[in-house]
Amino acid sequence: MKNLGRILLSEEPFSEIVIGDSAVARALVESGVRAITSYPGSPTPEIADALGAVPKAERPFYFEFSTNEKVALEVAFGAAINGHHAAVFFKSVGLNVAADSFVQLGLMDIPGGMLVILGDDPGANSSQNEQDNRHYAELACLPLLEPATAQEAYEMTMEASRIARERRTAVIVRLTTHVCHAKERVSFGAWKPEPPDRTPRFDPDASNYIPIAASVFPMKRRALARLQELRASFETSPLNRVTEGGDPRRGVIAAGTARLSLLDALEELPPERRPAVLELGTVYPLPHGLVRRFLDGREEVKILEELDPLLEREIKAEAYDWRATTRIVGKLDPEELVGEYLPAKVRGILADTWPDLGLAPKAAGAPGAGPERVPARPAQLCPGCGHRSAFFAIKKALAAEDITVADIGCHTLGHLPPYKMGRVLLSMGHSTATASGLSLWNDSRRVLCFLGDSTFFHAGMPAIVNAVYNAHNVTLVVMENGTTAMTGHQDHPGTGRNWNGEIPKIGVREALAGLGVANVREVDAYRQAELEAAVRAALAEPGFKVVIAKHPCMLKLTREARRKPGYLARSVAVSAAKCTRAHTCVSAFACPSFQLHADGSVTVSRELCIGDGSCRQVCPAEAIEAPAAAGKE
Amino acid sequence: MIDRYDIYMAGVGGQGIGLLAEVLVRAADRAGLAVKGCDTHGLAQRGGVVTSHLRIGKAAHSPLVSPGAADLVIGLERHEALRAAQGHLKEGGVLVWYDTVLQPLDVRLGAARAVSAAAVEEECGRRGARAILVLREDLADPRMQNVAILAALAEHKLPPGLGREHIKAALGDLMEGPALERNLALFE
Repeated sequence: MKNLGRILLSEEPFSEIVIGDSAVARALVESGVRAITSYPGSPTPEIADALGAVPKAERPFYFEFSTNEKVALEVAFGAAINGHHAAVFFKSVGLNVAADSFVQLGLMDIPGGMLVILGDDPGANSSQNEQDNRHYAELACLPLLEPATAQEAYEMTMEASRIARERRTAVIVRLTTHVCHAKERVSFGAWKPEPPDRTPRFDPDASNYIPIAASVFPMKRRALARLQELRASFETSPLNRVTEGGDPRRGVIAAGTARLSLLDALEELPPERRPAVLELGTVYPLPHGLVRRFLDGREEVKILEELDPLLEREIKAEAYDWRATTRIVGKLDPEELVGEYLPAKVRGILADTWPDLGLAPKAAGAPGAGPERVPARPAQLCPGCGHRSAFFAIKKALAAEDITVADIGCHTLGHLPPYKMGRVLLSMGHSTATASGLSLWNDSRRVLCFLGDSTFFHAGMPAIVNAVYNAHNVTLVVMENGTTAMTGHQDHPGTGRNWNGEIPKIGVREALAGLGVANVREVDAYRQAELEAAVRAALAEPGFKVVIAKHPCMLKLTREARRKPGYLARSVAVSAAKCTRAHTCVSAFACPSFQLHADGSVTVSRELCIGDGSCRQVCPAEAIEAPAAAGKE
Repeated sequence: MIDRYDIYMAGVGGQGIGLLAEVLVRAADRAGLAVKGCDTHGLAQRGGVVTSHLRIGKAAHSPLVSPGAADLVIGLERHEALRAAQGHLKEGGVLVWYDTVLQPLDVRLGAARAVSAAAVEEECGRRGARAILVLREDLADPRMQNVAILAALAEHKLPPGLGREHIKAALGDLMEGPALERNLALFE
């Protein structure tokens, strides 16, 4: 069996099949990064999984999951201005949380060099939007590299590290979902372990670290000058590549995974019809000379970039100054701003741009689907999930017109049928504040909001303090499952563990008391009648109230139990004799373990049921039998 | 050498599609083929659809398989087998599927009809595709259905160029001890 941790510490050059995230982890080791921080968010938590596979005693780096992305970025920055090479990684929207400090990084002299590794999510595969974080590079005066494959994720992280150290700056590595999770054989270089330098090297006399008023200007000029130097150096960077085509009149400029989709489409063309291709790795600052040479002499150049037309705007603006005669074709349709540039989409875009290429609108021989409609399978709460019990109970305590506010976490799935709880979502930790606003000038519809425990520590607390401080009339339900479940069960301050070991637990209830919340109830989410009563009581009281609906994540608990010897799988069963076909279990409680048959009978899937028995209390006929080993279908 | 061979896999979160895909990538690599792949993650583990893409051959650039272009579709569940075949199976391709049923939400809510095994066969017929149904009564644990699929692939010499020994060796890259023995036994 292969061991990822051992592989990542190899001192000899090697190659291995890894995903992009693991390739980044090796680059962090190989480039001597000492301080690494993060907040978990798809598509990047697998970088931490890879780092965590390195045996604790042999880790050449410090790692932490910080309480949020802003804190993570600041911890990495602090290490880096003390001379340590540092890196922070998080998901796309995490940069919004970190932005207040992030936008200052360009102003700073960072002797250790710092990497900001972003997991953007075009296609919103697991995010609340598909924002294009390339915008932030210009905003913060920082360079940005964008790989398209796992091999490039490694190479560009190495290059970003070199630039960051040499220029004493921060460098952005922009990954996207299908780079993070793409898998291939990646070739790595050698690693020479070096003893850590324990000298704190922060020197506020050598460089100003207080950007205030007029002192900002010299710092900004330094940042702009650094960008110009980088722009010049990117002119000859091997991260950009020109491939001449058979058709000298046409070219395509592409970046990121759109490059791969482009190459797939070009495979379908005869060589004489293929345009030349400029593949960009150094996306910001853009090497203008390289682009100009590519445009020169070509009649038409298509800019192929996923999401926003940033390259398009810059290249068109530059071409105006050059008085270029090349026809530059950018986005032709609003749909070109939406979704991932998957191979089929790029093929369609090319076919629209140049109909005479003769590209088929869809893959050759792709037949239309048959008439049978396959019902959708949305993500849902796991069998045994405490959130399901909580939603089922809380719904009973609410009137149909009451307003429920969602937050981010597994419990966001409560918005789906049949619960339909938590009907508006902005961002991590927004719920209490959005609910507070919903309560203004509102005497008729009560407002209840949800918040997970990891999110409570991430960004939930300021709005709670505000609700206490400004006496908002809101009921908050903290869905406490003792982990950061949605992103793969990372610890948080309330779990009693950080990434490096045991720590004293910071309880949600104690934290609420410290924040001045006087009205707090705590109920095990499986005790549905008690939870319903607690929410009813809270809703009837004035001011800001909190109900903690607590139950450990059953996916995590069951996985851990399965690994132990002597684990006995158990499941409930529906008694055919007692079942009155009220269907509460299947249509209102809606645990996926219940299977509804054409004759109206209900059975329990042994594949899915974990034998938690939280469903037994919902059946009006008491037809759900106690969990038993190897229960019958 | 194969120019291009595309595989699209689909199942339900928790069925072990990640392992299935990882074994196939490693087996293809061991067979000396150029290979790349990509899983879908995110919300997938919460009982939603999980898909994985695998592309063999030097003419494959993106790790993602285009709709209607898969030479081989693997379905770990009846509904997902049909959905994957409708979306991704090419004319004259092969569907390998495990006939277990995990009802989608609307079926459980009584708002939609469950898919029949015949509908899967019909879809393949319409595409001139070969359907290989896998169903093993001898599995100790339903979570071994993914490896039962691998054993069926070895049996039918799919994908081309990949042998039983490559698949078994790839399993050995990823597990050890009694778990490995239990899974290798499915190949006998």
